[in-house]
Amino acid sequence: MRVRVDPSKCQGHNRCYALAPELFDVDDLGNAFELNDGVVPVGLEDKARLALANCPEFAISIEE
Amino acid sequence: MAETVFGPVTDWATDFDHGSPAYAADMHKIWDDLKTSGCPIAHTDRYGGVWLPLTHEMVHEIAYDTDHFSSEGPVVGQLKPSEVPDRIGAPIGPVPPISSDPPFHAEARRLLLPAFSPKKIDPWREEVIEICNKLIDDMGDADHIDAALQYSQHIPVMVIARMLGLPVEDGDRFRGWVNLVLSGIGEERTEERMAKFEEFNQYLAYHVNDHMENPREDLISFLLNAEIMGQKLSLEHTVGTVILLLIAGIDTTWSGIGSSLWHLASNSVDRRRLVENPDMIPAAIEEFLRAYAPVTMARVVKEDMEFHGVQMKQEDWVLLPFPAANRDDKQFANAHEVVIDREENRHAAFGLGIHRCLGSNLARLEMNVAIEVFLKRFPDFSVDPNEMVTWSTGQVRGPRSLPFVVNARA
Repeated sequence: MRVRVDPSKCQGHNRCYALAPELFDVDDLGNAFELNDGVVPVGLEDKARLALANCPEFAISIEE
Repeated sequence: MAETVFGPVTDWATDFDHGSPAYAADMHKIWDDLKTSGCPIAHTDRYGGVWLPLTHEMVHEIAYDTDHFSSEGPVVGQLKPSEVPDRIGAPIGPVPPISSDPPFHAEARRLLLPAFSPKKIDPWREEVIEICNKLIDDMGDADHIDAALQYSQHIPVMVIARMLGLPVEDGDRFRGWVNLVLSGIGEERTEERMAKFEEFNQYLAYHVNDHMENPREDLISFLLNAEIMGQKLSLEHTVGTVILLLIAGIDTTWSGIGSSLWHLASNSVDRRRLVENPDMIPAAIEEFLRAYAPVTMARVVKEDMEFHGVQMKQEDWVLLPFPAANRDDKQFANAHEVVIDREENRHAAFGLGIHRCLGSNLARLEMNVAIEVFLKRFPDFSVDPNEMVTWSTGQVRGPRSLPFVVNARA
């Protein structure tokens, strides 16, 4: 599984970083990006889905 | 509470008044009735003409459409932006960046974003915990408290005053000015009211000048040194941004904390769950933000246009009721139920698009800590049945008095 943050949609709500800091980080402006090229370690799939389900800007996508 | 200068509302679809006590008291029912009667966008001639779109889809669309909707007037007033004396027009607006449009907006916002990023805000946690505990210590052993007046209203004031570098003991004055700007939108423009605005401006001018002469490590000094495209900010821009940070940071978070406490005082099952499982608090806060979103923003129509079948005129106001978007059952399952462990929650309490609340990380920190500390110290509390909970009017909604009975303390 891979997660992606679309930087043109992210407005820095910081939901993904708060819910899944293992998968996302934020830059100095507070905008999110995926860690480890978006690869979701086994066992963290639910956290990836949770982050997607809580992004107000629909900026996160998942490739299964 | 007094009616606005426009008098009582006769019809919510064609004559609504979002500044009226009737709206504040019953907005959820008003929205539902309007939507059920086939009116997803209401209108009023009050305030020179305002639109009220009610669906998540419309609110999202307008928030993203900066080509047709300007942010120059983020709070609906009795004067249109073009009628305001000494107007600072688009794309800067009077209180940048909330009042700014592209392309200037991105520059003014980028300047402030680092100071409010999660990694700069998280270290404030210990200080917020201390503030919250101190406020509860100050209540002594009283069984009857007002959680709005003695607790929730003080937290954001104390934090933002420290961040800006303004005297913390001026909290009461800040709150007076916040009320003036946000709650008094439908009041008469009396000389007394205008004098209070003047006093606010003079207060800020004094402190900005003081920072010029005595620079220190705070946000006002930071703004005074900051540059946009190689140029220092104008004094108007600096003062406008200080006004914004002061106003936007206080009333809103006070409302968010207050609404959360009100819910927990009224719903003992939810309260017990959070007392027993404090790790559920962050998700619960998101749900309180969804269900009781405090903030409605406004836009100004740039040119005559059609929007979903209605004819909008240049300089009409358009409200962005994020609280209504958050109750849209097309976007949220059981939208009217407060589900404190809701898993899917794309709420728009902090707005959508380029104007996402700059202080959202700070607001979330304050709300989480305020609820954590309150529940720890008062594991059982309820609304005092002999007293009235009162709510604010205007574009920021939250309880202004919260008479509680403390049933247990720890």
